[in-house]
Amino acid sequence: MTTDHGGDVRLAGISKTYGSFTAVQPLDLTVPQGSFFALLGASGCGKTTTLRMIAGLEEPSSGTVMLGDQDVTALPPYKRPVNTVFQSYALFPHLDIFENVAFGLRRRGVKSVKKQVGEMLDLVQLGEQARKKPHQLSGGQQQRVAVARALINHPKVLLLDEPLGALDLKLRRQMQLELKRIQTEVGITFIHVTHDQEEAMTMADTVAVMNAGRVEQLGAPADLYENPGSTFVANFLGTSNFIEAEVAGRSGDDLTLKAGDGKLVLPAARCTASAATGGKILVGVRPEKISLTHADDAGSIPDGRNRITGRVADSSFIGVSTQYVIDSPLCDAFEVYAQNIERDSRLSPGADVVLHWNPAHTFGLDAAQDIEAGAAKVEEDAAA
Amino acid sequence: MTTVTETPPAPPLTPGKETRKPRKRGRLVPYWLLLPGLLWLVVFFALPMVYQASTSIQTGSLEDGFKVTWHFATYWDALADYWPQFLRSVLYAGAATILCLALGYPLAYLIAFRAGRWRNVVLILVIAPFFTSFLIRTLAWKTILSDGGPVVSALNALHVLDVTSWIGMTDGNRVLATPLAVICGLTYNFLPFMILPLYTSLERIDGRLHEAAGDLYATPATTFRKVTFPLSMPGVVSGTLLTFIPAAGDYVNADLLGSTDTRMVGNVIQTQFLRILDYPTAAALSFILMAAILIMVTVYIRRSGTEDLV
Repeated sequence: MTTDHGGDVRLAGISKTYGSFTAVQPLDLTVPQGSFFALLGASGCGKTTTLRMIAGLEEPSSGTVMLGDQDVTALPPYKRPVNTVFQSYALFPHLDIFENVAFGLRRRGVKSVKKQVGEMLDLVQLGEQARKKPHQLSGGQQQRVAVARALINHPKVLLLDEPLGALDLKLRRQMQLELKRIQTEVGITFIHVTHDQEEAMTMADTVAVMNAGRVEQLGAPADLYENPGSTFVANFLGTSNFIEAEVAGRSGDDLTLKAGDGKLVLPAARCTASAATGGKILVGVRPEKISLTHADDAGSIPDGRNRITGRVADSSFIGVSTQYVIDSPLCDAFEVYAQNIERDSRLSPGADVVLHWNPAHTFGLDAAQDIEAGAAKVEEDAAA
Repeated sequence: MTTVTETPPAPPLTPGKETRKPRKRGRLVPYWLLLPGLLWLVVFFALPMVYQASTSIQTGSLEDGFKVTWHFATYWDALADYWPQFLRSVLYAGAATILCLALGYPLAYLIAFRAGRWRNVVLILVIAPFFTSFLIRTLAWKTILSDGGPVVSALNALHVLDVTSWIGMTDGNRVLATPLAVICGLTYNFLPFMILPLYTSLERIDGRLHEAAGDLYATPATTFRKVTFPLSMPGVVSGTLLTFIPAAGDYVNADLLGSTDTRMVGNVIQTQFLRILDYPTAAALSFILMAAILIMVTVYIRRSGTEDLV
């Protein structure tokens, strides 16, 4: 076994069905050694099932799981060089923190565990708590015990099943940085399952967005955000505005589009749909890319920017930025986030405005999909 | 105007009184609720105990009546005369408890983790025997273990009886009227008292702990040894206590399934009280049994180290 690829995780055609319900569609995925990989999706999208199949807690209905060069599909969990941090931590309530962390080492017949456990507890800053029982610790401390208990075994891959879900927002932010630090320090492959897009984007080098048992898109967080391949990804990762448009022609590397009475420009490279002239596509743009100018000053907008006219329907001031909802003939609830640098007091509800943005920030998607896909789920999570 | 100025002071007074009163009454409510139970315990537990304690140090006869003479020698005499029955009680009840644990643990485990939607059905089956009388069920064992019956023939054919006879549990080709029959009866009768607490504490174990143990390199056997069993200790302790304590004082099984050689201390107490009418000895025997059980239970709970788990 080569050390360079010993921690690669390769899933080939892996799927899971329960009766007639397919939790995970046949899936191919490679997670390179040493990376921090996030499986992101709403609940029920198959991300946890995928993780459990890697851990060996769930038997795949088809396909193989490879760790490095070793096929582990048929191995029970206790024979896999993989450890999991469970959603509920699953700490052993009858053992103290020291014994919880030492559990894996003892099972593998390591005789003197004291030094290793001590070091690991120091790494997660719990050296003082070694003789306490799990229920005597706070949620964040229990979470760190769960990480320590898994990491001490130096697994090839560490699986994290929504490990921060039970923590409050502030602690969660802190633990995100902590986990990221630990990962950089130990260099183990981390596969992290989460439904929190912000968490996935801040922590992972690569994010796979899952929806209904499939990977919708895979890539670096910034890449996914800037170039979503589907409305689901566009809506699940942040907010997107969509305009239905018709391809009018092509000039150089750009597509010219007809949207209502107006004209928009879209870099051809950023259009994932077929761009035949006359074809319909969805034009997307992120709210923070858009500038707002009062209709009276429309003349001051530089040429070459995409522009749309509308009327302010609502504005809410949230500190670093102001969020506007704009009614426009092309889209009834256009969202615009404007940084609070120079506030134009005229931009109050009812004002006529021009929305404009750099065409390079536009992306094009196949029009034959649900514009709302992924958006409702984000709201559900936010409400929960 | 006057009504307006006069009425306001009145309402605060009454609410003030009312809020103070219910609070006082509220604090007393738990004690009032305790009262019936306490009365019950005083009348049916504490008073009889005192009465029996005084009986145990009386001397006299039925004709002349009994008098408290602080005759503690009754205790020594009772122990000297009946120590074999005491020993037998502990042995039989101990054997029955171990058998109950051996039979009950796998069953409770299956109900808790594997029974799925049959769980409640199986649980009802466990308690179902209680729908008929204890006596009738024990008498049924007389038929089951009868000489030449299918069970005895089968055990004989398998040479099981040779082994049990060799260790003195059966007598040749007979099972009935032997220690084995009494132990079987005790095991059968107290099995549900073992299964139910075991089930309750197994069922409380989070299934994810099993997954976590497997994930941390524990084989299924090690997972059981290091996680499941330790976490079920409260059930094991309460199950063994609920089995051992009544089994040690039981006399029905030894009476119906045993012989004069299998008499337990319960049988002696029963005979002393109801046939020989030697009340002091019977009362002394009862207290010795109670003290012995209390000591054994205390040592057991200490040793099993489950004080903080129970």
